[in-house]
Amino acid sequence: MTAVADGAVSRKPTAEPGSAKRPDAVFGKGLRALSISTVVVMAIALGLVFFWVPLEADQGFLQKIFYVHVPLAIVSLCGFVVGGIFAIQHLRTREQKWDFRSYVAIHMSLIFGVATLITGSIWAKGSWGHWWEWNEPTLVSFLIVFLLYATYQPLRFAIEDPERQSRYASVFAVTAGAFVPLNFIAVRASTQFLHPRVLGATSNLPWQMSLTFVVSLVGMALLFTTLCKYELTVKHTRAQLRALRRLAERRAGTATSATPPPRGRSAAPSLHATAMTAHSPGASSPERLG
Amino acid sequence: MSTDTPGARPAGTLSVVRALLRKELLVELRTLESVPGMSLFAVTTFVVFHFALNRNSVDGDLAAGILWVTLLFAAMLGVNRLFVADADQGGFDGFLLAPVDRSAMLLAKALALLAYLVVLELVAVPAFGLLLLSPPLGRALPELIGVLALADVGIAAIGTLVAALAVRTRARDLLGPLLALPLLVPIVLGGARASSPLLALGHATGPAGRWLLTLGLYDLVFGLIAYALFDFLLED
Repeated sequence: MTAVADGAVSRKPTAEPGSAKRPDAVFGKGLRALSISTVVVMAIALGLVFFWVPLEADQGFLQKIFYVHVPLAIVSLCGFVVGGIFAIQHLRTREQKWDFRSYVAIHMSLIFGVATLITGSIWAKGSWGHWWEWNEPTLVSFLIVFLLYATYQPLRFAIEDPERQSRYASVFAVTAGAFVPLNFIAVRASTQFLHPRVLGATSNLPWQMSLTFVVSLVGMALLFTTLCKYELTVKHTRAQLRALRRLAERRAGTATSATPPPRGRSAAPSLHATAMTAHSPGASSPERLG
Repeated sequence: MSTDTPGARPAGTLSVVRALLRKELLVELRTLESVPGMSLFAVTTFVVFHFALNRNSVDGDLAAGILWVTLLFAAMLGVNRLFVADADQGGFDGFLLAPVDRSAMLLAKALALLAYLVVLELVAVPAFGLLLLSPPLGRALPELIGVLALADVGIAAIGTLVAALAVRTRARDLLGPLLALPLLVPIVLGGARASSPLLALGHATGPAGRWLLTLGLYDLVFGLIAYALFDFLLED
């Protein structure tokens, strides 16, 4: 899906020189501080996981995947829900930037979701001997949610009109965002036999484990936010670059015609260079998970 | 939409729904596009299950699973057809030109889908009892009808929303089921778990209350979601 997303935001950019050059249209404000803090927190988290936190009596070294897998899962699910909230904003305000953010949040959550499923499988194989465990409701509901969101990109991809594409994608994102908690409740209710597990409940953990878990969770949330911000910045910059290039071509008189360039096959939301100017990046960065 | 002319009163939502529902059912009666296909599909699927499982009769969990998978996939056929005529032959445009509440279309379509599902089950459940089920169907029937009714409401709500979402895309026949199946997993789960004791040989207990509760809550929540979001799908 990265290939699809990277496949260019190649919608006809309306070249408006003023907006394209305006310095406050830069999306990556605060990116440096965010990146540094992500690296620091992730380094601390990994240090704690590998060198400090005591081994769990039952599972030994294998249990350490808990500090990667569970934060990945939580962040990914939160990302899906946040994508739904951005989609509500998009439907209410009709501003393209909210669809853009919703798209990036869901896209990144899908990537985190793949990582969650892989680490979960490794953990299941190590502790229960199977790559997959149907008795574990969290794992099963995560798979269902993941399968639902896997249709997000094909849905976008199948709608030509950019305006309708973002509207329909937002409707999907809101529905699916509401489905995430509901599905977890339903599947959890279905399992008679719950594994005695520490998932999510940090209260009965030794304090070293809780602390390490919380640090890992914060690190993962920061990583998610940073990657989202990078994707937003890259896509936005690329759109602006295209707009400028077209403008330059038009000024030089080498532009072929008024017809826009052929649109690439992309599931990414259309991002006009002007779409972002209403946004003041210094005010807040709502794509932060908290 | 508001009507500015003083004489014209906006049509009440209920009468709009009634008119749209009547049109839906009339079209279905005249063309017979969905319901016969759905029913035939269900019966054929039972036959396929007989051969695939190499079983002459089933009960309990297996029976509930077969029944619900079959009903789900048959419902998918109806969901896929639900808005096709409106998208292809200008039904949406005609509806949007009328000064009426747009949610009326959601309600009418969901009721039409509900009616299709009821007819489907009138055929499929007796056929299932006749072809595959080993305990007699009659004993389980009253409670099974309740479970089916609860599930049908949820399938109708989600199916209508998904159908509207998928119908104006390329590859709509593919996207509809892809979107609907994960969303319907909790319904299948609740329906199958609730009906498996009904279809067991001993018929020991009725459906567990929590499954009915799950189904009811799911219906309610997705009914509200569909109601809140449907307008956004009809805007052009």
